Amino acid sequence: MDLVTPEFSLVIWMTISFGALVFILGKFAWKPILKSLKDREESIESALKSAEEAKLQMAQMKSDNEALLQEARKEREIILKEAKQMKEQIIAEAKKSAETEGAKLIERANQEIAKSKNVAIEELKSQIAGFSIELAEKLINKELASNEEQKRLIENHIKDLEIKQTATQN
Amino acid sequence: MSKTPINKGLTEISVLKYSFSLIFFLLFFLISPSLKAESEPAHKEKFQPGKMIMSHVKDAYDWHIMDINGKAISIPLPVIVYHPERGFDMFLSSKFHHGHEPYKGYHLVYKENQFRYVLESVDGSSFYNFSLTKNNTSIVMVSIIIMLIFFSVAKAYKRREGMAPKGFQSLIEPIILFVRDEIAKPSVGKKYETFLPFLLTIFFFIWINNLFGIIPFFPGGANVTGNISITFVLALFTLVITIFSGNKVYWKHILLPDVPIWMYPILIPIEIMGIFLKPFVLMLRLFANILAEHIIALGFFSLIFIFGETSKAVGMSVGVFSVLFTVFMGLLSILVTFIQAYVFTLLSALYFGMATEEHH
Repeated sequence: MDLVTPEFSLVIWMTISFGALVFILGKFAWKPILKSLKDREESIESALKSAEEAKLQMAQMKSDNEALLQEARKEREIILKEAKQMKEQIIAEAKKSAETEGAKLIERANQEIAKSKNVAIEELKSQIAGFSIELAEKLINKELASNEEQKRLIENHIKDLEIKQTATQN
Repeated sequence: MSKTPINKGLTEISVLKYSFSLIFFLLFFLISPSLKAESEPAHKEKFQPGKMIMSHVKDAYDWHIMDINGKAISIPLPVIVYHPERGFDMFLSSKFHHGHEPYKGYHLVYKENQFRYVLESVDGSSFYNFSLTKNNTSIVMVSIIIMLIFFSVAKAYKRREGMAPKGFQSLIEPIILFVRDEIAKPSVGKKYETFLPFLLTIFFFIWINNLFGIIPFFPGGANVTGNISITFVLALFTLVITIFSGNKVYWKHILLPDVPIWMYPILIPIEIMGIFLKPFVLMLRLFANILAEHIIALGFFSLIFIFGETSKAVGMSVGVFSVLFTVFMGLLSILVTFIQAYVFTLLSALYFGMATEEHH
């Protein structure tokens, strides 16, 4: 029966030892151990969470970058297009202005030519008149037989000269 | 002569191995003369396995180590007594000379029916006995060892704050986490943190004491958790904590259950008995399991000597199987030490959980 009967000395020592053990371990061992375990778990959890967040942010940034890149590409295209247009416009304008300038120049040149031609013609005319008078004088001196015939001769000469002039002009 | 660390480690291991086998070899030679010595006066005194086993699992006033040539070698333990008339007395148990001589009015009496020595006053008067018996010494020693273990672990946690566990700390941490996550959290429920220090203490106390019980010689060998006094105190702690942490719902469930009034006279006594029955079962389970474990282990050893009395050769051959069985039992014991600590802690946690459960 003594096997299943609690014994005084054992109960006393056990109560004291175990009570002290519960108290001391609770205060100096379990408290710091459980606290640091909890802290570590929390830090791991928060680290995992922040890693997940960073991942999300990264993805967000990536998509942002993609969008930015897309936009930049679009802008570049637009700029290129505009530049092309501008170039074409400038070329066209330049062409146009060159053409008009050219035309103007040509016209002016034509006018000049016409003017100088007229001057030349006038001069020629006066020279021819001179020559004619000289010629006439010579002819008159030589063969002033018929007045009529002389006049016709002179006119024929002038006509000839006019025709030649027009021929050269053309 | 340059050795790589691996080679060095290997030689260390083999040195360890050889020294172990050397120790066992020496032990065999140390034991064998005592066997001879025992077999010589065998005509007078027959080997009594029941007596041997029972005296091993019982408490004692000295810590028996071995017998050499029929003479017992043991560590004397302090006897502390308080007599209402004679006052406090404290002396070593060796003063009794194994029950042969009285000292200061006390003597050790061998009780045949209890298989052990009992401390009694010579004049038969009653007194208070606070002696550090084998079990008490073991409790105090193991408690100090537990404290040293967990102080060092706690220090490691402080030193390596926020870092991964290392060394001894990483051996203990999974067990702490096991108690916290597998026992306390699911069994107690929300308020598990209040009870966790107690649950951890009770778990490691039972487990480490059980483990020391497996060790057959000095630092171990005491049948601590297989002693009803110890399991009684452990269960008492569980009972007291359960009663004091019981909330309104718990007491209402016991004293004013949701049943017709005429059932109260039957149900309330049953419920009140249940309060005490639960820790009572805890007490008995741990006590019976560890006691049985010790008795079986010793029983296998006894076989050697029982057969050795008929013939030495039979004893030797039986010894081979006995040792094999004992090794097997030892392995099983390691499992049992853990399981019993687990069961005690788990059930305590369940009772705490019942006491603190909120109405749902």
